[in-house]
Amino acid sequence: MKKKNRVVYSIFTGPLVTIFSIVVLIPFIVGIYYSFFEWDGIRTNPMTFVGLDNYLRLISDQQFINSAILTIKFTFIAVISVNLLGLGFALLVTSKLKMVNPARTMFFMPNLIGGLILGYIWQFIFSDAFRLIGENTGFQAIFRNWLLDSSLALYAMVIVFSWQMAGYMMVIYIAGIQGIPGETLEAAKIDGASAWQRLKNITLPLLMPSFTICLFLTLSFGFKIYDVNLALTEGGPAGSTELFALHIYNEIFGRYNYGYGQAKAVVFFLMVAAVTLTQVYITKKREVEM
Amino acid sequence: MKKANKLLKEIVVLIFALLFLSPIYIVFANSFKDRGELYESVLALPSSYSFQYYLQAMERMNFISAFGNSLVVTAVSIFFLVILSSMTAWMLARTNNKLSKIIFMSFIATMLIPFQTIMMPLIQFMDQIMRLTNIPMLNTHGGLIFMHIGFNSALSIFLYHGFITTIPKSLEEAATIDGCSKFMLFWKIVLPMLKPITVTVIILNVIQIWNDFLLPSLVLTSPGLRTIPLTTFYFFGQFTIQWNLAMAGLTLTLIPIVIFYLFAQKHIIKGIGEGAIK
Repeated sequence: MKKKNRVVYSIFTGPLVTIFSIVVLIPFIVGIYYSFFEWDGIRTNPMTFVGLDNYLRLISDQQFINSAILTIKFTFIAVISVNLLGLGFALLVTSKLKMVNPARTMFFMPNLIGGLILGYIWQFIFSDAFRLIGENTGFQAIFRNWLLDSSLALYAMVIVFSWQMAGYMMVIYIAGIQGIPGETLEAAKIDGASAWQRLKNITLPLLMPSFTICLFLTLSFGFKIYDVNLALTEGGPAGSTELFALHIYNEIFGRYNYGYGQAKAVVFFLMVAAVTLTQVYITKKREVEM
Repeated sequence: MKKANKLLKEIVVLIFALLFLSPIYIVFANSFKDRGELYESVLALPSSYSFQYYLQAMERMNFISAFGNSLVVTAVSIFFLVILSSMTAWMLARTNNKLSKIIFMSFIATMLIPFQTIMMPLIQFMDQIMRLTNIPMLNTHGGLIFMHIGFNSALSIFLYHGFITTIPKSLEEAATIDGCSKFMLFWKIVLPMLKPITVTVIILNVIQIWNDFLLPSLVLTSPGLRTIPLTTFYFFGQFTIQWNLAMAGLTLTLIPIVIFYLFAQKHIIKGIGEGAIK
């Protein structure tokens, strides 16, 4: 590169690269460094180097393991529920009805509301509204306070997360469905394929690229859920919904275990990266075979 | 028969969509009820509409100030994000060398990092910068905006980069031969061409930055600086039991979102779709 070009290049890319390095790259690397120390976060207190101790401690940390299992369980159920709903909505609103556009708008709406506010909205629904409906109608098997029941609270989170994400996935599936050539479906119809056969043998296989994107997004959003968790359950009752992101926050800023909490945060990153990359790899491979 | 069938389907779709949004109705309806009415029926429409809970909620949440704070933080962050990431992405896409590839890949790779992995070292680092240089990174809107730009740059770069590689170079080459400088070229020719993807970038970042809670909660400590999600959080911490007041507060926070959605609805759904597919 000529000298003048190099100057221009730095003027265009320099500012953002600098900001990005200060905000993301450097803290990420420094974070790995912190994870080898024991420290309570107070600047004047000494940081003690403990090597890999923080990571070894994780293996016998029951709370950490519980939280990991809960997160995996939550993500697994949530991914299925969000994608079934999203795909269902997409099939519903790509028909030739007049109501399709307003319905699309309404299904997408919750996605614009932030997780914290969503959590508070549903906190009212699951606690007071459900309890009152149950008392007034007698259906107390379903309509009781879900958030006080440790076996139901996680499902309450799945419902809120699905409510938030289904519209988003719907939009992606719609794009996929609209990309399927009409003639293919028409030809199958003439050949006598039923609606279910057309869906199973044509629409769904051709939607593979949409599945890749949707699974990737729901997996990573599900794993990283925090705002909804905080506003809806705060990890309760009795730690039955303390998912990973909240667990890490509590370890660092609640119990002041800065080094140990940071080790958990690094493991969290490795988990997210491993799961999402594996998923993309597997679904991409299937796409090629199609 | 066929017509009746179609009408039935229309009604089913509509009812489905309305049921889907019923939580918002429940919050709205209950923001007007007093305790007795709430306990009688959660689902019924309120018997009277008085805005007393709204006025109280507005005052306790300091809503006007929080709205202003959210607006400033979101608008300024997005202004810089659009300018800086389009400039960077254009340079990276049009300069085909190793450095460009390394820079681009490091932006993309970090998209997998959860915020929780960075939050603690980030705050420590900002604190250190503050002590060494006296630049107020923490507890200022400027600092928060700086961090919003950093966190949202990867996705913005990714979207711009993807779009730029699909537009032909010929126009830019012609302008360069005519003696147009790189800066003029970018402002007069490239940036206008990027308009469709800029809409997507703006929308995705508005949703992200307007609703962000964790970052501002770590950066801002003065109550006067709080954005809407932050003020909602503290409001709920204080008044968990007064549900009618809480419902009024929640409805208030939904108003700006609904207005934004009504105005930009078409762009939003289109933008989200394009953003995800890229």
